[in-house]
Amino acid sequence: MRYDVFFAGYGGQGVLLAGNLLSYAAIHEGKNVSFFPAYGVEKRGGAAMCTVVIADGDTGSPVVGHPSVSVILNQLSWDKYADKVKEGGICLVNSSLVNLEGVSLDGRELLAMPMNQIAIDLGDVRMVNMVACGAYAAASGALPLDSLKEALKDALPERNHKLIPANIQAIEAGAAAVFSARKA
Amino acid sequence: MSAPQKKFVKGNEAVAMAAIEAGVQCYFGYPITPQSDIPEYLSRELPKAGGTFIQVESEIGAINMVLGASACGVRAMTSSSGPGISLKQEGISYMAGSELPGVIVDIMRAGPGLGGIDASQADYHQATKGGGHGGYRIIVLAPNSGQEMYDLTMLAFDLSDQYRMPAMLLADSVLGQMKESIVANPRPKAELPAKDWAVRGTGGGAQHVVKSLYLGDGEMEKFHWKMHARYQELAEKESRWEEYQTTDAELIVTAFGATSRIARTAVEMARAAGLKVGLLRPITLFPFPKKAYAELSARCKNWLTVELSTGQMVDDVRLSVARDAEVDFYGRPPGAGSLPTPEELFEQIKKHF
Repeated sequence: MRYDVFFAGYGGQGVLLAGNLLSYAAIHEGKNVSFFPAYGVEKRGGAAMCTVVIADGDTGSPVVGHPSVSVILNQLSWDKYADKVKEGGICLVNSSLVNLEGVSLDGRELLAMPMNQIAIDLGDVRMVNMVACGAYAAASGALPLDSLKEALKDALPERNHKLIPANIQAIEAGAAAVFSARKA
Repeated sequence: MSAPQKKFVKGNEAVAMAAIEAGVQCYFGYPITPQSDIPEYLSRELPKAGGTFIQVESEIGAINMVLGASACGVRAMTSSSGPGISLKQEGISYMAGSELPGVIVDIMRAGPGLGGIDASQADYHQATKGGGHGGYRIIVLAPNSGQEMYDLTMLAFDLSDQYRMPAMLLADSVLGQMKESIVANPRPKAELPAKDWAVRGTGGGAQHVVKSLYLGDGEMEKFHWKMHARYQELAEKESRWEEYQTTDAELIVTAFGATSRIARTAVEMARAAGLKVGLLRPITLFPFPKKAYAELSARCKNWLTVELSTGQMVDDVRLSVARDAEVDFYGRPPGAGSLPTPEELFEQIKKHF
């Protein structure tokens, strides 16, 4: 199998950490991974994107024109990248920051959920990337949630390991949001 | 037996890890995006391995320190990107003229001038045609994965010592910044000639002179013919390339580095659509694997060269293929947002059927 996901937001939302977490989780699953980041020269506020390819065999191109899943965390990324999701693919959107008007996603599944609000309700908006990771895993079926939780130890520096329980909650909340969005 | 331990690292870190595995004793460099992870890693890890790390005042200082260390028989390296690599060209020319080994890593970014920090392949000519003065060549290796960033860095040290000439690892910001899982292979055993030319300071024995100045009648000419023969030997023995699905191909796509990864997925798309397409990827850019092009083009006449530039390697492809082969070109100039996608290359492939 080959899975690819495109993550996009602004610098500071943890897009690159999210990509790293998915990568480590895939390695836990014994897969090959390529993680290709792209970001502006700014530390915060600029565009931040990454593409993760997970495969049993060769990962092939680290660049993906039409991803099978996109995770869109802010308005700019929605306007620019949402309609690149391939036919039959999934677009996960942080509706806390994105006005969904103006882009049509015919033939693709749109899963809009208030990721910022979910993170705030759990105590810290900075966990929005973890909510997004949980949502991605649940929506795509590419990775088990347990692998994601396990991978937190690799993706987070040791000084932040005390935050792992909170991050696990955020991952679970993201996954739960997908289930309720699909039921609705 | 358990599977070898995989490490999930940036391409730049893989280069730095491999340099230590290869026994590099000195690193001299100056930071520049997108290669700064190399000096960052080595500043932390090289001293622990008993080596010397110096952040020099400039790129020119760094390459000249590589020259000096190498003249003393020490394994030395530097790394940079476009603007810094341009500054190093004088030193590389002096190293070539002095027959000194040494490894230079170029993580290409967009240019000319300051350009930008996004991936580029537009320094192909500078790397492969002798970027400084005097008509010399250096060994140029082009990895296309995290694993090759590691393996080819080690190879660069060995080839450089073997042939007494500088070796360059030519990658780009995609390969430098991308993280992949790699196996940190141990350094392969290589039988290398003794560095019996190295200067050792006092201590007796015959005098050794390392220089690039040849004033005597016929001396310079002799030097050039010697190097010319060495470049031919290098082409004979060290040309490396990879073929994918070429046996029955009616169109062969050729690309190096990160672009070859994108091209490979495009070739897979074409195969899935029933189009007979193959991929030829040069791994050594100097020596350019001319034989592989000549042999494949004796049978397959349709070629498509893809580069992240307006076309540089395509010149070498056209010089290497059979005279009746048609070489088409598709390129995107480097810069933010210009990386071609596999879907885009697939569209280009379809035009040939």
